Amino acid sequence: MTAPVTIEAVTHRFGDFTALCDIRLDIAAGEYVTLLGPSGCGKTTLLSVLGGFVAPTEGRVLIGGADVTRLPPARRPTTTVFQDYALFPHMSLLDNVGFGLRMAGQDRRRRDATAREMLELVGLAHAARKRPHELSGGQRQRVALARALAVGPDVLLLDEPLGALDLALRRAMQDELKSIQRQVGTTFVHVTHDQEEAMAIADRIVVMNAGRIEDEGTPARIWRAPRTLFAAGFMGETNRIPARAGGAGLETPFGTVPWDGPRGDAVLCLRPDAVGTGPGALAIGPARVRDAAFFGTHTRAHLVPEAAPDLVLVAHLAPTELPEPGAVLTLSAATDPLTAFPTE
Amino acid sequence: MTGTRAGWGFVAPALIWTLAFFVLPFAVMGAMSLATLDGRTLVWGLSLSNYAELAEKAYLWRAVVVSLEITLTVTALSVLLAYPLAWIIAYRVPERWQRLALLLAILPFWTSYVVRSYAWLLVLSREGVVNQALIGLGLTAEPVTLANTRLATVTGFVHFFVMLLTLTIYANLRQLSPNYRRAAMDLGANAVQTFRHVILPLTLPGIVTGAFLTFVLCIGDYITPQILGGNTELTVPQVIMVQLGRRADFPLASALALVLMALVTLAYLAGARWLRVDRL
Amino acid sequence: MSRAIPWAYLALMFGFIYLPVGALVLFSFQDGTLPVPPFEGPSLRWYADVLGDEDLTAALLNSLLVAVGSSAVAVTLGFLAAYGLARFVLPGAALLRALLIAPMTVSYLIVGLGLLIVIQRIGLPLSLLTAGIGHAVINLPLAFAIIYASMGGQQQNAERAARDLGAGEIAVLRLVTVPMLAPAILAAFFLSVTLSWDEFIVAFLLTRFDVTLPVEIWSMLRSGLSPRLNAIGSVVFLISVAAVVLAELLVFRRRR
Repeated sequence: MTAPVTIEAVTHRFGDFTALCDIRLDIAAGEYVTLLGPSGCGKTTLLSVLGGFVAPTEGRVLIGGADVTRLPPARRPTTTVFQDYALFPHMSLLDNVGFGLRMAGQDRRRRDATAREMLELVGLAHAARKRPHELSGGQRQRVALARALAVGPDVLLLDEPLGALDLALRRAMQDELKSIQRQVGTTFVHVTHDQEEAMAIADRIVVMNAGRIEDEGTPARIWRAPRTLFAAGFMGETNRIPARAGGAGLETPFGTVPWDGPRGDAVLCLRPDAVGTGPGALAIGPARVRDAAFFGTHTRAHLVPEAAPDLVLVAHLAPTELPEPGAVLTLSAATDPLTAFPTE
Repeated sequence: MTGTRAGWGFVAPALIWTLAFFVLPFAVMGAMSLATLDGRTLVWGLSLSNYAELAEKAYLWRAVVVSLEITLTVTALSVLLAYPLAWIIAYRVPERWQRLALLLAILPFWTSYVVRSYAWLLVLSREGVVNQALIGLGLTAEPVTLANTRLATVTGFVHFFVMLLTLTIYANLRQLSPNYRRAAMDLGANAVQTFRHVILPLTLPGIVTGAFLTFVLCIGDYITPQILGGNTELTVPQVIMVQLGRRADFPLASALALVLMALVTLAYLAGARWLRVDRL
Repeated sequence: MSRAIPWAYLALMFGFIYLPVGALVLFSFQDGTLPVPPFEGPSLRWYADVLGDEDLTAALLNSLLVAVGSSAVAVTLGFLAAYGLARFVLPGAALLRALLIAPMTVSYLIVGLGLLIVIQRIGLPLSLLTAGIGHAVINLPLAFAIIYASMGGQQQNAERAARDLGAGEIAVLRLVTVPMLAPAILAAFFLSVTLSWDEFIVAFLLTRFDVTLPVEIWSMLRSGLSPRLNAIGSVVFLISVAAVVLAELLVFRRRR
């Protein structure tokens, strides 16, 4: 089962603190959306608003076209995978997964059959009689997922579901989550502060900061052409080059590039992988290598450009290049699309 | 092995203290329970006559029955009254007022315990607040006898243990992740179902521990039944004190004390067994 | 309607909890000679009466002496034992712990009775000292348990670091262990003092001429209801509440 979600002008305040400010968002049925942002940005509050654990101060939430803003969690077509999983420690996995169906009044035979199917889906059918404390962290995560999916929700909400796992397991679980979502077709809304996780998993990323949506779009679009300086920085490392917008375009220490932004002080963002020794639209010119380190897929180098000796640029060079400190390289940067923002 | 020797050096004082002032007296008490009194003279021996007397004399085994009845009533009532109170403080009172609400709920816990029983006597006496209120409301014409009854003893005990249990159950509820309740409600459970299937099983170990503590403190208490219950029916501690005071019958008092300990041990075993069965 | 039920229950329970304390304090200001309605007053005559009573003030001081003395012994022994058991590998450690905790599971009456028998056998006179010994016996397990529970790995690493930097065993104890455990030690001491201050049965069995406050109040009680008892009870309650509030502010706040 699946349904679209519409968030209409949702604002939420805790006392004087505005946790969410005029959030508007449409999520298509069957879409996998991640809410990405630093802690305290409001992403978990937004998830709680969707799940019915927090009633927003203003605005409406529609799921499948129906207004659910004032409905309690039990009466919404949503279920949540909690950050600490909240598996009931006194119940077997089978009873945990079957809990929602039991509450809906299903008899034991039917709910056990569904629960087994769900445990099968997450690869834990063999452990149906175990208790949560006998499982590893990754297994508990899967049980929480199975329990939330067992009641056939239209929308599944995941609150930092992989946060408690170590890095390797987290990467493996990302792939699994994505594949399960493809199988069941349910709309997934997944909160995380890990941009790599967001990129690995989401159809669409919503970048949040200080209670507002900074940017939303496909991972590739937000990576290449973020709408705000915050989104640019949060999605990954970037070189920030001070610049000034004038009549001819954006004046940088390395020359002028065409830009139709507002006039005044600005900052040009260049991803480390956009800076290199190959051809590029913006000629940075000679730069002295301060240090360089081999990273497998690339060589990461700090360089001081001669045209702007105050700056230190980070560049990801081809893994075959490993320049000595002090060497001078001629650099250029790809500027398509050009990422620059005015600075007040 | 100098490490071990230094370790013994640290433990020794407490160990010697416990051996000298707890284990030794306990052993002597055990021996005493097997001694007999010949008139006023103590005769050491291995006699079971004190225990036999317990079975024979009605006022002795009556005391065991009374103690058990009172203690079980008090334990059950206290848990039943304290759980909702702890629940309301933990889940209904806003976060910022909770500490204060809890502090207020257990503040009278710190009244001196002789004074607390006395205060109940005051409230329940013939001219006391409760009787005056009943008469004032026209519910009764004549004052009702409330003090010097089992009801008074139970009231005094329940008052004390409700505060103790509210504290322990509150702590228990608060240490549960709020996500357990959220998860249950999210999956369609109503408030009653959430309580029955999730919160109650998760807090049961804490409740059993608290109930055991109540049992131990209640069954061994002398003051509350002595002040509030009067002398119409005696509990085991009261009978022990009677043996000590009026008759200086230390052998019988010791035997009664060991019976008291046996009751506590039985309660402990019952609690432990229940927990194990229910837990895993 | 159903929303009001929890609040009604809360109010009802608070009423039950405060009924005796309220009556106690209210009628301590009674002007007449009976601490029952109707209330006549307010009057401070019973407070003046109580504070002028030498037996009571002596009992109050005795209680303080016994509480502080027995708690100091219990906490010192409890701390040393906790340190020994937490930091050294001792054969039979589990048994030792169980033995040290054991008095906690036994009714005070039984502890007092056992001690009374032994003390009478060896012909020692009953006094504040014997009552203090009794209180230290019942408070030692508590002090040990509280302090032992807070001796975590963090402290152990700090102690290792101190030794690594050249501190001797005594210096480690004095400069690292005790300061780091100060909250637990203070909490144990405070709890110990309040329990001893309030304890009746052991003090009743193990004292004779000099008695502690609960025992003195007990003997006053035999002559029936009196506003004097209300006054002294209110004073004791006030002292206890002040101690609780003080501990809350000094010990438990600082830990966070």
